[in-house]
Amino acid sequence: MSIEIVGVNKSFGDFAALTDVHLDIPSDNITALLGPSGGGKTTLLRIIAGLEAADSGTVAIEGVDATGIPAQKRNIGFVFQHYAAFKHLTVAKNVGFGLSIRHWRKRDVDKKVDELLRLVHLEQFADRLPSQLSGGQRQRMALARALAIEPKLLLLDEPFGALDAKVRKELRDWLRRLHEEVKVTTVFVTHDQEEALEVADNVVVMNAGRIEQSGPPVELYDEPASRFVMSFLGEVTTLDHHLIRPHDIAVHTEPVPGGVAGVIVHWQRIGFEVRIGVRPQSDSQDAPEIAVRLTRTLAHALGLGEGVRVWLEPEKGATVIPALEAVRPAA
Amino acid sequence: MIREPKPVRWVLRLFVICYVGLLVLWPVFLVAQRTLSPGWQAVVSSLSSPEVLLGLRLTGIATFWSVLFNLVFGVGISLLLVRYEFRGKRLLSVLLDLPLSVSPVVVGLALMLVYAKGTPVGRFLYGIGYQIIFATPGIVLATTFVALPLVIREVVPVLTEIGDDQEVAARSLGASGWQTFWRVTLPGIKWAVVYGVVLTLARSLGEFGAVKVVSGNISLQTQTATLVVQDTYQDFQQQTAYTVSLLLTLAAVLCITVVALLRPKEKLS
Repeated sequence: MSIEIVGVNKSFGDFAALTDVHLDIPSDNITALLGPSGGGKTTLLRIIAGLEAADSGTVAIEGVDATGIPAQKRNIGFVFQHYAAFKHLTVAKNVGFGLSIRHWRKRDVDKKVDELLRLVHLEQFADRLPSQLSGGQRQRMALARALAIEPKLLLLDEPFGALDAKVRKELRDWLRRLHEEVKVTTVFVTHDQEEALEVADNVVVMNAGRIEQSGPPVELYDEPASRFVMSFLGEVTTLDHHLIRPHDIAVHTEPVPGGVAGVIVHWQRIGFEVRIGVRPQSDSQDAPEIAVRLTRTLAHALGLGEGVRVWLEPEKGATVIPALEAVRPAA
Repeated sequence: MIREPKPVRWVLRLFVICYVGLLVLWPVFLVAQRTLSPGWQAVVSSLSSPEVLLGLRLTGIATFWSVLFNLVFGVGISLLLVRYEFRGKRLLSVLLDLPLSVSPVVVGLALMLVYAKGTPVGRFLYGIGYQIIFATPGIVLATTFVALPLVIREVVPVLTEIGDDQEVAARSLGASGWQTFWRVTLPGIKWAVVYGVVLTLARSLGEFGAVKVVSGNISLQTQTATLVVQDTYQDFQQQTAYTVSLLLTLAAVLCITVVALLRPKEKLS
């Protein structure tokens, strides 16, 4: 079900959380709202859910204006960062909550709950209380609870934010697979660019209450519309007054035309990767170090090490944008 | 936990035992002893005197309404204080604590000033057939007033702690405000409400000062159990005074015991 957001503004007191936001979210996809905290992404999600009212602008779900419809009538599944489990109810009762609210017959509720618990691999925990589950299990329960009402839209607010790194990674893969089984339009909020690039079909980068860019992950990575998007989606460094990713820099031990000359001052080896810092030899003394990443095999082949003199240039086809003035992606 | 040296621990224990013993246990024990020493016959006969029966009945009525009003009002006000922002919230919360800090006698006097027969409000109510002061409604009013903050004080911290996550989740799953309250909010604050009610109950049973002023302390008409205790004690009917006292104490102990017994089960489940 597609969502169409037109001209949404929202402020809390003096703080403008959202400024003139226009966005189309396509059906049956996973969309990530990505940005730093305070960027307005959670506010936007809560406005879509109807948990927060926009100051102006409209939200249309499936072509129907939903702006004035209260949250409980929107039939949208919402998963909260801190699970918001009903502590006094068992896992099965939690999952069945939305159905018993709708006065389903007990037999039908039980059947549906069974089905969902199997889907989220919690069938053996049906009679436990949420306090007896781990964080990851609680989050899966919350997801099953949101899916129980057969929502036309599933919204997740930093769904993995409160979990440790390993569980996060598992749940990411699992969410991806789950989405293939249950084809429901999904929007999730995250500040983790890796999570967005890995899980989403479509990424919306937000900053300071505005949408910076939206599109498929690869497009955003390769053709960032702004310095903000480029630096938010991965590490960047400055080479010859341009932003460039550290692994998009070619290292030479002989002078090359247009190359930036420098000396390696830092050297760090992490697994298969070598991270080096190069101090450029320029007129200005305080020119910042250039970060470069290359594989250990290449670094050894070139005979690199601390104190070695090198010449740097962008690799062919690297994403490069001017560091100071704004802003068009260079192909 | 820091372990104090043994002598210090013994001194601390002794101090606590003396403190509680001299202030609570010994006096209460003596009341029980005085009540029971003349035998059951005396207990039964003093309990069946008409002024005691009326006193207990009045205390029962006042306690019932006080608990009911403070339960409904207390839970409502707590929700208002914790879940909503409005002007004058701080002022309201200070006002709600007032009945705990002001002497009950003053409460009684203040109620007199509003509801006595000579005042505009009192005259109006009397005109439509309601007498407040020197009658049961006044007693209920005074009792309700002094026990006002007890439910609120128990419920507000718990409501604040559980936050509104669960309520918002319930709304997003399609629950109406009413359904959310019954299915999510109330189960979450259940124990705080029970505690608040027990405290209100105990406080209402024991109320003396405010009730004494507004009831007029008229024997066989507006005397609650505590007033009967005072009256009979001064009238040299010590046996009756002790018996009613013991009864009031037992009721309070019973309330607290019931809660203490129920509570751990909740935690285990």
